[in-house]
Amino acid sequence: MSYTKSSAAVESSGAIADPMLDITNLNVYYGESHILRNVDFGVASGKMVCLIGRNGVGKTTMLKTIMGLLAPRTGSIQFRGESIVRKSPDQRARLGIGYVPQGREVIPRLTIKENLLLGLEALPGKGQKKEIPEEIFELFPVLKTMLSRMGGDLSGGQQQQLAIARALMGQPKLLVLDEPTEGIQPSIILEIEAAVKRIIKERGISVLLVEQHLHFVRQADWYYAMQKGGIVASGPTRELSQEIIQEFLAV
Amino acid sequence: MSGLLDGLFNGISIGAVLLLAALGLAIVFGLMGVINMAHGELIMLGAYTTFVVQNIFKPLGAPWSDFYIFFALVAAFIVAALVGVLLERTVVRYLYGRPLETLLATWGVSLILQQFIRSVSPQFVVGVGLFCALYFGAIAIISRRPDFERIRNWAIAIMVPISVAIALTASNVLGQSFKLGFTRPWFGTQGVDVTAPKWLRGGLAIGDSQLPYTRLFIIALTIVCLLGIYWFLNKTNWGLRIRSVTQNRTMSACLGIPTQKVDAITFAIGSGLAGIAGCAVALLGSVSSNTGQAYIVDTFMVVVIGGVGKLIGSIMAAGAIGILSYVIGSNAIGPLFDSMPFVKSIFEFFATASMAKVVVFALIVVFLQFRPAGLFPQKGRTVEA
Repeated sequence: MSYTKSSAAVESSGAIADPMLDITNLNVYYGESHILRNVDFGVASGKMVCLIGRNGVGKTTMLKTIMGLLAPRTGSIQFRGESIVRKSPDQRARLGIGYVPQGREVIPRLTIKENLLLGLEALPGKGQKKEIPEEIFELFPVLKTMLSRMGGDLSGGQQQQLAIARALMGQPKLLVLDEPTEGIQPSIILEIEAAVKRIIKERGISVLLVEQHLHFVRQADWYYAMQKGGIVASGPTRELSQEIIQEFLAV
Repeated sequence: MSGLLDGLFNGISIGAVLLLAALGLAIVFGLMGVINMAHGELIMLGAYTTFVVQNIFKPLGAPWSDFYIFFALVAAFIVAALVGVLLERTVVRYLYGRPLETLLATWGVSLILQQFIRSVSPQFVVGVGLFCALYFGAIAIISRRPDFERIRNWAIAIMVPISVAIALTASNVLGQSFKLGFTRPWFGTQGVDVTAPKWLRGGLAIGDSQLPYTRLFIIALTIVCLLGIYWFLNKTNWGLRIRSVTQNRTMSACLGIPTQKVDAITFAIGSGLAGIAGCAVALLGSVSSNTGQAYIVDTFMVVVIGGVGKLIGSIMAAGAIGILSYVIGSNAIGPLFDSMPFVKSIFEFFATASMAKVVVFALIVVFLQFRPAGLFPQKGRTVEA
């Protein structure tokens, strides 16, 4: 059996020993159209989980629901053992979910430095010192050279690095990345990949990744495959077979 | 030469009043995109606050009565900001992203505020206060019951008439026993006058023209407010949050910025600036419940001409409109056409304050045909978003 069917996937996600994020029976609608159907999903502490699937199956909807931008009709979302379904996006960010959305969403008419400083908003406590840790520049050296440029003037790849760096400024416990390599040249993809791997290794945080780029998908510990708004397969990524890749990745 | 200086000074001083009045709107409308038709009434509230503060300080004698204006500025800012926050929390917040509904609702609020100023009296305050205390007190007590959701509509249906009846009876009884002293409105429909403190009377003589101190004071006040806003938006944490939320609300929320709090603070600052503008307006002439109406169109013009969302645009637009109105209104160009009596008579025809306004608005209409996004339109790839 190359991949497990949905019932088995529920068991495997339910079997996570130490869940950072635990989603059960999630149903999300846009108006009357049913987007996510009975989704069960989990991210273990310190692991990198990849969500794959073709366009329009509900991957971004899933991330938006986790972030609180969409309200589920039914289902529970637990973050570190606490239900967050009723919390607003800013409260979720302050609990420790760092979000890097599709399309980067860098604030265009703020400088790079201001964009990075906004990342500190997710940290609890007031009066923190307003400076950017050197670690950020080690991960993304390109940002250091252009701190006073406007966010909207950067290229796509630079914006992506800025968006990830910004999310890291808030020291999240779960980093949510939505297609970080979309429309970005290969050399930058490798840089971003290396940075994400290094963050996991050094900080021990969890990462939830939506990705189409196979090389990046292979870095994850666990994968979930989505089809028509439901999880149809899951397993360790080392077991990710050519068959599944053919079926769920748009390559 | 002195004519030119005179024109420039008067133009700038008209522009300064316009800019001060428009500055709050540049934030509320320009940055937040909220069409607040009650902005003029916030200016009016600032003016009335100045009047009240003046009357409190007058009996205290010098030096208090000389410097009441500074206390009035602070009080006007606070009063207008509080009313602004109340407006945002109770009305505008439910209408974000729906400009037409916002326009109608805030216009309604502006009418309510005008009538409030006309009819506020001790009797009125007692009546409204009693109603609020009874009604909201009762709802607060009932909401502690476990079955509140079920009986909610019943509770409201019963408490509203009871509270109205008690409040009306009480205020009428009080009104009959204390007569006019209790029922006479504080401000009424007549205009009230604020007298400038002694050191603001008179003017600075330059050559054969005189620059009134009140005008100079307003110009200085405008500059201080501009610098203050610039500093607040660009150098403080809250300023950064405001700029972030106005550019990308969803992403700002995802970064952990409390967007509702930011909305309330932005609105408070915009409204507070309207209050300060009211203080300046009070120095220029008599203040009545219609004062706000006189300014609302001009302030929107300034913001639209300047380019929505650009403070620098508002500054330029206020200056331009101010100078243009003065030059046309004072017939400064007419004498240059002595050789052409026909042209001269045209300029003379428009040389009154109201006709100058006609010309300015006509020019604005023409200008917007060519630059619909104003003097300083937003540029770059973010414009469409």
